[in-house]
Amino acid sequence: MNRRNFLSGSLRGSLMLALGGVLGAITGRAKARNTVWQIDPFQCTQCGRCATECVLELSAVKCVHSFDMCGYCQLCTGYFEPDPNKLNTAAENQLCPTGALVRSFIEDPYYEYTINEPLCVGCAKCVKGCTMFGNGSLHLQIRHDRCVNCNECSIARACPADAIHRVPADRPYQFKSRERKS
Amino acid sequence: MPQVVAQRFPPPQFTETSHLLPVPTEPAVRALWLDYLDIGVLIAALVLVSWLVLRRRSRSGVVGVGIFSVLYFGFWRKGCICSIGSIQNLSQALFDSSFGVPLTVLAFGLVPLLFALFFGRTFCAAVCPHGALQDLVLLKPVKVPNWLDHSLRMLAWIYLGLAVVFAATGGGYIICQYDPFVPIFRLSGSLTMVLFGVSLLVVGIFVGRPYCRFLCPYGVLLGVAASVSKWRVRITPDTCTQCRLCEESCAFGAINKSAVDAPSQPRATDKRRLILLLVLLPVLIAGGIGLGGLAGGTLAGKHRIVNLAERLQLEESGAVQDTTDASAAFRAGNNSIETLYADARALHHRYVVAARWCGAWIGLVIGLKLLSLAIVRRRTDYEADQAHCLSCARCYRSCPQELQRLGLPVPETPKPANG
Ligand code: SF4
Ligand code: SF4
Ligand code: SF4
Ligand code: SF4
Repeated sequence: MNRRNFLSGSLRGSLMLALGGVLGAITGRAKARNTVWQIDPFQCTQCGRCATECVLELSAVKCVHSFDMCGYCQLCTGYFEPDPNKLNTAAENQLCPTGALVRSFIEDPYYEYTINEPLCVGCAKCVKGCTMFGNGSLHLQIRHDRCVNCNECSIARACPADAIHRVPADRPYQFKSRERKS
Repeated sequence: MPQVVAQRFPPPQFTETSHLLPVPTEPAVRALWLDYLDIGVLIAALVLVSWLVLRRRSRSGVVGVGIFSVLYFGFWRKGCICSIGSIQNLSQALFDSSFGVPLTVLAFGLVPLLFALFFGRTFCAAVCPHGALQDLVLLKPVKVPNWLDHSLRMLAWIYLGLAVVFAATGGGYIICQYDPFVPIFRLSGSLTMVLFGVSLLVVGIFVGRPYCRFLCPYGVLLGVAASVSKWRVRITPDTCTQCRLCEESCAFGAINKSAVDAPSQPRATDKRRLILLLVLLPVLIAGGIGLGGLAGGTLAGKHRIVNLAERLQLEESGAVQDTTDASAAFRAGNNSIETLYADARALHHRYVVAARWCGAWIGLVIGLKLLSLAIVRRRTDYEADQAHCLSCARCYRSCPQELQRLGLPVPETPKPANG
């Protein structure tokens, strides 16, 4: 019994050293800060997977608008179908499948486009229209009031453009206008 | 490579109204103090369960903490981050020096192991939400035959090896991808994973904690730590009288029978079997290395970069005409295809090396398992197997000594079979 106790005691000691070794090796390099997942809007190719791959029923990804990049166009290519039947705001002429993109008149000839977030499903249809033919001011972001910060974001795994990465939690958004300036 | 932003249309010049440009909102991330609260709750729960199991010897206390853990770490924290998954963050950090790990991950990964070194697997008893959930649905335990139990337990060791390989090479977190219970805690997830989780729970009504015993990679590490723990579950509070009443009380097959009245094998056969297995061990390891080398290429194909390089090679050679989203995205940015090929080659090599190690590991584990089965230990008491015991405290009240201690009626002691 004594020999067994001694043996397990020394094994316990070496396992504790091993745990300490892991701790030391990892904390030693001081990069230990909290991270969250975020989309790099410049890498995103608007594939549409953000709407379907999130573990949440309604994706944590939403469209955001960098207003200071927007042209306030009357004929927004993120808002209207490429070939609308008539130029009015009827639902069949809108790109957004849920009517989450809201168009409001400011003054001639400017219109402002805002996102009604609860309706947005993050499908990137508007983003694609805006990026291909407009200023690219609409883009996707993971919204941290919804995201549960999975240990491995399942959209990141599915993203064909490798656009989703861990970012420092104290800088959790990558708005296009801000990223461009920096 | 950030593409230049197209400013096709000039910004608006408001003249009639003094409209101000709105700014997008930034909903805050989860507050840091909540992370620290999680660590505090983890440590408090570990201390409480260790006390309940080893000192109070209270099964109902363990169940109570288990319900709390399912609610707090499971449904409230949505199962993320958990100790099981943290193995991957830690492995990735060990192999990739640019990858940092926050305090929560370190705490969830290392503190339960430290506790296991002293108190056994009290984390599994009621702190881990995965284990606690399975423990709650276990209503009609049936016994898994020994040979099946031992073989299935090997799966967890293999799973651990593969998870480390993928995490260390940056190929993804398979423990998270195939986690059966997090979709249940979140009440959402892919249909396959929800079905997997639900069916494990249904099986778990009869088979004690199938995920813990046969799959959980963290349980493997906890088992190693617990096998040399300082204190441990003792079925009897006093001395074992060989009454055999506890024999079938463990739902997880973790009670080692006393060998007092087992017929002993002739020593010569024992020895021959042992020598045979000792010779077999290096053969198993070599075989594992060989198979690992073969499997490495396949595993590498799961990595995004290797996968993309293979696809681009097909497209370049004209074997396929169309493009995938990934290859189109790659071509849209101005990336160098040569660099990608070089990265993919380097990764391929890393995978083959890692898979060889993993193969050696699996060979070693199988060999040691066979050896440990062949060595007959002379036990004089009925004891809980330190590595496999989940500290659930179910067996305590099957011991008449314990009932006596508690002042409860003691059932008639049956005669030992061959006494
Ligand atoms: S999955 Fe990637 S490329 Fe597709 S929409 Fe989301 S961020 Fe963009
Ligand atoms: S088109 Fe898609 S991404 Fe854009 S606002 Fe509508 S739902 Fe959101
Ligand atoms: S981390 Fe999880 S919840 Fe957040 S966007 Fe990714 S998949 Fe969705
Ligand atoms: S074996 Fe794994 S899943 Fe089961 S309780 Fe322990 S850590 Fe949790």
